[in-house]
Amino acid sequence: MAAIDGPKGTASSGAGLLAGLLGVGVLLTIFMASRTHDPRFMVHAYIFMAAFTLALAVLVIGISADRFVQSEDKYEDGVIRAGVIASLFWGVVGMLVGLVIASQLSWPNLFYFPEFGWLNFGRLRPLHTSGVIFAFGGNVLIATSFYVVQRTCKARLAGGIAPWVVFWGYQLFIVLAATGYLMGVTQSREYAEPEWYVDIWLTVVWVTYLLVFLGTIWKRKEPHIYVANWFYLAFIVTVAMLHIVNNLAVPVSPLSSHSYSLFSGVQDALVQWWYGHNAVGFFLTAGFLAIMYYFIPKRAERPVYSYRLSIVHFWALIFIYIWAGPHHLHYTALPQWAQTLGMTFSIMLWMPSWGGMINGLMTLSGAWDKLRTDAVMRMLIASLAFYGMSTFEGPVMSVRAVNALSHYTDWTIGHVHSGALGWVGFVSFGAIYCLVPWLWKRPRLYSDRLVEWHFWIATIGILLYIAAMWVSGIMEGLMWREYTSEGFLAYSFVQTVEAKHVANMIRALGGLLYLSGTLIMVYNVWRTIRGDVAALEKNAVLVQPAASGPAPKGAAVAAE
Amino acid sequence: MADPKHDKPTPHKDEISGVDTTGHEWDGIRELDNPLPRWWLYVFYACIVFAVGYWVLMPAWPGLHGYTKGLLHQSDRGELSVALHDLSATRGAAGQALVKASLEQIEADPKLQAYALSAGASIFGDNCATCHGTGGTGGKGYPNLRDDVWLWGGDLNAIEHTLRVGIRSTHTDTRQSQMPSFGRDQLLTGAQVNDLTEYVTALSRRKADPAAVSRAAPLFQAQCAVCHGADGKGNQAVGAPNLTDQDWLYGGDPNSIHTQIWNGRAGVMPSWEKRFDTATIKALTVYVHANASGQ
Amino acid sequence: MWKHHQKLERHSLLLVIVILVVVAIGGLVEISPLFYLESTIEKVDGIRPYTPLELAGRDIYVREGCYVCHSQMIRPLRDEVERYGHYSLAAESMYDHPFQWGSKRTGPDLARVGGKYSDGWQVDHLTNPRAVVPESVMPPYAFLAKKDLDYRDIADKLRAQRAVGVPYGDAMIAKAATDLETQADPFASGGTALKKRYGPKVNQRDFDGQPDRISDMDALIAYLQMLGTTVDFTTYKADAGENLR
Ligand code: HEC
Ligand code: HEC
Ligand code: HEC
Ligand code: HEM
Ligand code: HEM
Ligand SMILES: [Ca+2]
Ligand SMILES: [Ca+2]
Ligand SMILES: [Cu+2]
Repeated sequence: MAAIDGPKGTASSGAGLLAGLLGVGVLLTIFMASRTHDPRFMVHAYIFMAAFTLALAVLVIGISADRFVQSEDKYEDGVIRAGVIASLFWGVVGMLVGLVIASQLSWPNLFYFPEFGWLNFGRLRPLHTSGVIFAFGGNVLIATSFYVVQRTCKARLAGGIAPWVVFWGYQLFIVLAATGYLMGVTQSREYAEPEWYVDIWLTVVWVTYLLVFLGTIWKRKEPHIYVANWFYLAFIVTVAMLHIVNNLAVPVSPLSSHSYSLFSGVQDALVQWWYGHNAVGFFLTAGFLAIMYYFIPKRAERPVYSYRLSIVHFWALIFIYIWAGPHHLHYTALPQWAQTLGMTFSIMLWMPSWGGMINGLMTLSGAWDKLRTDAVMRMLIASLAFYGMSTFEGPVMSVRAVNALSHYTDWTIGHVHSGALGWVGFVSFGAIYCLVPWLWKRPRLYSDRLVEWHFWIATIGILLYIAAMWVSGIMEGLMWREYTSEGFLAYSFVQTVEAKHVANMIRALGGLLYLSGTLIMVYNVWRTIRGDVAALEKNAVLVQPAASGPAPKGAAVAAE
Repeated sequence: MADPKHDKPTPHKDEISGVDTTGHEWDGIRELDNPLPRWWLYVFYACIVFAVGYWVLMPAWPGLHGYTKGLLHQSDRGELSVALHDLSATRGAAGQALVKASLEQIEADPKLQAYALSAGASIFGDNCATCHGTGGTGGKGYPNLRDDVWLWGGDLNAIEHTLRVGIRSTHTDTRQSQMPSFGRDQLLTGAQVNDLTEYVTALSRRKADPAAVSRAAPLFQAQCAVCHGADGKGNQAVGAPNLTDQDWLYGGDPNSIHTQIWNGRAGVMPSWEKRFDTATIKALTVYVHANASGQ
Repeated sequence: MWKHHQKLERHSLLLVIVILVVVAIGGLVEISPLFYLESTIEKVDGIRPYTPLELAGRDIYVREGCYVCHSQMIRPLRDEVERYGHYSLAAESMYDHPFQWGSKRTGPDLARVGGKYSDGWQVDHLTNPRAVVPESVMPPYAFLAKKDLDYRDIADKLRAQRAVGVPYGDAMIAKAATDLETQADPFASGGTALKKRYGPKVNQRDFDGQPDRISDMDALIAYLQMLGTTVDFTTYKADAGENLR
């Protein structure tokens, strides 16, 4: 649906080139599917082929019907609408899978199916992490970045249909990754599990994304680049660097779904956690800070608190984050000097992280009453509180003595989800609640009451989740190291597994609540899009102050 | 909006806070020109100072040929050696005594025994319970260690020997013996195996088909008695279980008995000599023996 | 000072380049020394490449995502060393492409699980973990024993491993499939040749209790049973200065 009311108008030559590439792609994938004897590779070749064929068909019809236009005086919003829908869809999928794996750890006899290996915890867990981070989070990032960069540059997205290539290319990446996990296609690199050919595909999509984003900035009418766009740029550029290096691998054969990492052992471990930690730093932090830097001042109708703080915390954040990876490898066979660097840089990372929180929170000064009246605003601000909490907890866990206890335990899981559910989730929900009326030109959301419900149900869910994980994490960490008075280990490993049972169930309940909140949101958004929206009442929550009108005509800024 | 060419921001003051903005505006968003919060800056500096101090003391910066070792010369691996040494101090004299004392002496000395039981319980949980069950009550194919029924002998020395060399393990002196697969290897016919199943059922004083039992009696004496004894009471020298009791390794229903005669399963118990030192093996022996209220 | 920043705010390419430089530094300083500093990997005896069957088993370990619950990295902490055995050395994973250290212990560490249990127990446990350990939350893997191992590309696998630096010789690659079959069959004649190539400690058995087939279970257990067994700790000086790093 979204694809159709997307680009309109005169045919662009880019579309012709793309059609040619897709044709080659179809032939190549047919060849690969017919030659491989790796059944999993064959499935993926067919998925590629189906996607390319479909895209080709849409393109050909589109070109012949003259539907690919660009009118420079209009923003490209179709792709953003698609992105919002995709975010919600993948969010529900990812969280549902989270709930399933939480249930597996609570009720193994009910949630494991001996005959269906593909539903085992080991395959679903990466599906969950990639589902929520890359499918849900990634779509939110792409959609919001396309929205923000257009508005803050007063320019239409660059590249003609390229934004759509990014969008659909990214969905294809998600489908390949997800089906791959279920079939057992994985490199076992946390948060980078997809295999070599999926990695290559993502590289192509990502570079296109960078070019679209940069291209739009080049067309900007405001000489200065807004701070949100610094963060988006850092996120896009750094993720490209991390992704390429961490995924260097040699395939078993060009027709095999399996590959072996270029690095081994200790070097491989540090490359992976250099990547892994900065997936947190740039995907889950820098990218979402960019969202924060647009949506909070916009929604609060207040200026950003401090320009100078933006500058200092931006550069400090991106410089220091990169060094912190070794805190995932404390006390391992990684040489200790590297662990020291990981720990100390994590501690130095505390204030640069909080810089974003302060800038966001203080932006509300002069508009604090909105916390009471506007549940969306409350969600955005709560996200900053969770952000502050997890970026305080992170440096604490990076201290080697603390990590000796927390590493390998549920404490890490608690930390992850206070960041993921509280920060990443809430800031995304907040942004989507803002975007939906703006994009679909509705005066307001279908129901503010439902936002209220969403906020509280999800908040209780988070609190149950992280409290349960703190308790079980610290408990198991202490049990593992507990000695009897005679000097012998007090507990066997399975006793710790048993002891976590109750906490595991509470976590599942927390996850259920959080997911329910998301479903409420989906309903609310769906009704809003359908147009079941009452006219704006007096005192109603504001939508967008200045109408999101067309981009003004005129030459690009000569600042470059 | 600013003039694109000259980028002269328009001066602007935010009314609510009374602070100047930078003069730029993006889609209605402006930025205040507030200074860095003081406390923020000072905590940031403090973290940096802490980091520098830590680098001076600990191994930290890599160079071309090595890395800075730090004034403290700290090493996790070095500290571990110390910690393990301290641990043997905690375990104290009792630990040393365990090595020197014989198994009987350990059982005779209440203090030493209590100590061995504590050690044994700790090791048992992570290494043995996985097979023999929590508390050692066993499961199908894994003998119950608490019932004082033994395959290979339940006195202290027999148990210790089992632990050291294992049963059908990879150890060179392992306890060996294997019940043949009478059915699978066609040593007996299907009918014979059926009869023997009845016979074994009868041995343990349960209902069985009398005709089959009498047909099987000579077969049992010819094929099975070498290991299980003429009376079926078993033989600990070859680990052949007593077939007259109600205690079954693989289950006492006709099906399980039939499977065993057909397939001759042979359980494997690993050897622990390489994983554990003498004291630990002794402690485990005493622990197992005591819990079976042993022979 | 703030004035200078405006250059970056006005030139997007400059901004991108400066960002790239700033984010590249940390990784370069931390990661590259691991490739050239001698102290990074301890000198030990006994480390060998995986046999073809073990490598196939390792790929199954990766495929099933065992690493999401099991670490293979014993830290030099008192309780871990007592529970799991000698702390893991960097040398022990030097042929691990990719590494399997893990980050979460929902199940126990497996770095030294080799030889700890019998093959039969591994089969029982993998088939239905709660049958042997009632408290377990581990998934069942019964299907592994029902699936014949697909090792048509085993030589390609060894070749790819050689390309990333594992010292597989020509003979190892040429004999990959035979070696794999040999290791899963205690009566196969190639045992001597296999052990000549991969060392005398290689386990040559029918791992899954199904002598007539080579299943995924055979490969996975062959891998599990060698974990942590290769290093010769009698010749390794754990307390020598160069190893305390
Ligand atoms: C891999 C599973 C496994 C583990 C681990 C294991 N055992 Fe066993 N154990 C067995 C099996 C199987 C037998 C019976 C062998 C047979 O069928 O004859 C056995 C037999 C024994 C016996 C002899 C019983 C008898 O009736 O003679 C003793 C004693 C024993 N185990 C003690 C231990 C102790 C103590 C530990 C821990 C250090 C341990 N086992 C660990 C599987 C295991
Ligand atoms: C070479 C020695 C040997 C011979 C001959 C032998 N057995 Fe056994 N039998 C054993 C051993 C050893 C075991 C225990 C297997 C184990 O520990 O895993 C056993 C176990 C059994 C069991 C299972 C007991 C339980 O507790 O579950 C049955 C039933 C049995 N034998 C019946 C027979 C019959 C019937 C014959 C003759 C047809 C026979 N055996 C011949 C050595 C022998
Ligand atoms: C949901 C998490 C989970 C997954 C996935 C998982 N395990 Fe486990 N594993 C456990 C738990 C919990 C235990 C401890 C209880 C037990 O022994 O079952 C365990 C125990 C083990 C043990 C015994 C270790 C010891 O020293 O006692 C082995 C071996 C093992 N797992 C192998 C595997 C393999 C191989 C895979 C993948 C095919 C795997 N596990 C997947 C959770 C998991
Ligand atoms: C200053 C900021 C932060 C620091 C210093 C930090 C530090 C840490 C530490 C020490 C661990 C545990 C590593 C281990 O023992 O294995 C960890 C894990 C993790 N953190 Fe953070 N954290 C920070 C912020 C965040 C934020 C904002 C998120 C957002 C969602 C996040 C997501 C994660 C994830 C996903 C993991 C788990 C990695 C894994 O083992 O799979 N962190 N972090
Ligand atoms: C319905 C809500 C959710 C539930 C029930 C849930 C549940 C889980 C469970 C059970 C695990 C595995 C923990 C373990 O191995 O012990 C997990 C891991 C993880 N989840 Fe979630 N989750 C939810 C939402 C999210 C969201 C929204 C995000 C991110 C935006 C997220 C990010 C992660 C990450 C990064 C990990 C891996 C942690 C690590 O490796 O240390 N989760 N989740
Ligand atoms: Ca990958
Ligand atoms: Ca087999
Ligand atoms: Cu991290």
